[in-house]
Amino acid sequence: MIGALATLLGSASLAASGRDAAPLPRDSVYQLPLLLTTHSGAKQDWRGRRGQPQIVAMFYTSCQYICPLIVDSGKAIDKRLTAPQRQHIGVLLISMDPERDDPAALKAVVDKRKLDMTRWTLAAPPAGDVRAVAGVLGIRYRQLADGEFNHTSALVLLDRDGRILARTEQMGSVPDPEFLAAVRAAATP
Amino acid sequence: MRHFAALLLLVLPLAGLAGDGAARYAGLPGGRFQSALKYEDAKDGVRIKPFALMRRPVTNAEFLDFVTRLPQWQRNHVAGVFAEARYLSHWESPTRLGPAALPEQPVVWVSWFAANAYCESVGARLPTWSEWEYAAAADETRKDARKDPAWRERILAWYSRPSNQALPRAGLQTANAWGVQDLHGLVWEWTDDYSSLLVSGDNRNQGDADKAKFCGAGALSMDDRENYAVLMRVAMLSSLEGANTTANLGFRCARSAR
Repeated sequence: MIGALATLLGSASLAASGRDAAPLPRDSVYQLPLLLTTHSGAKQDWRGRRGQPQIVAMFYTSCQYICPLIVDSGKAIDKRLTAPQRQHIGVLLISMDPERDDPAALKAVVDKRKLDMTRWTLAAPPAGDVRAVAGVLGIRYRQLADGEFNHTSALVLLDRDGRILARTEQMGSVPDPEFLAAVRAAATP
Repeated sequence: MRHFAALLLLVLPLAGLAGDGAARYAGLPGGRFQSALKYEDAKDGVRIKPFALMRRPVTNAEFLDFVTRLPQWQRNHVAGVFAEARYLSHWESPTRLGPAALPEQPVVWVSWFAANAYCESVGARLPTWSEWEYAAAADETRKDARKDPAWRERILAWYSRPSNQALPRAGLQTANAWGVQDLHGLVWEWTDDYSSLLVSGDNRNQGDADKAKFCGAGALSMDDRENYAVLMRVAMLSSLEGANTTANLGFRCARSAR
């Protein structure tokens, strides 16, 4: 509740700044107000990412098995882009475990996996907004009794206005060729 | 304008709390509950905290009041990412119910996002699946009637009613032992965590499970195979996306105990 309010207030100030005056497309995921807390401790309305295509995924830092693969998948795509293409695409990993994924926990993954902080953002939404952001991204999850999560994994490619261009559930160091082609197209100015 | 909308949001939940009081909700004590679903991570049952649940599903009249207060949820304004094109398509207009949507009928053709926003606007939230299942285990006299074959038969008979008939009014059924009505036999209902039900549809390759889709163990299976009514609910909810709407899917709200 308070989270939703904070995001709405955040959106009000974002709109007041006059950035991106054109209305958002109705099928943009940025229709959802979402105030993220990033690995550097900054509060960031995800609608501020509008203007640049993004690869978005959901994960959580204490996950031992598939979540490292999600990072691998993003890095594998990065590796196959040209330097100029890389500069045209952001990577956003959103935690489904905001209770444990504070900036320190997120930053530890950034450091350990040597992620390019100019382009990669690891961030946690307010606890009350996790189900909604998962909903717009088409991710299903359930928190288990021990605090771990059972979840589907996907990389979602957003265009500059937050519309979903492509998605893949193929994880690992060999990217889904169709998804990679879509990323290349989106990242080529 | 935006600041005004934000201000409205500050005020409305309080108005909602003051406005609908105890009459609209029934209090449930919670406790350890054995789901009909088999949770590998919670074999001894799930723990449910005390909560309050709306006695009836939200009606067309109540939902009309909501979209009047928050026009961004009117069918001609709603973002496509939050509701598919059929959202509230049975209403005569974005702000008029008309003959196909009587005020006392439960609202249907609503997405999870819209249901979630409605509950938030009245200072509430959607119930979790476990809360819903726990409340719905009761019949008129027993808090857990699920072992009674006659009770199961009654539920299944309700579900076999064709969905192309007009929906009855909400609140016609006798309340169950918790004081909650219409959990069976009227409409299907959204839960907060509809997308937590990672069963069959998400896990089709039984023998050769697509393990890469899941993080760790904890996939669900049916523990109580005779409880087809729960199976039907789960199959339905697990097949939905948050923007989906259907002719017989509505919702009610819950509140955590303070």
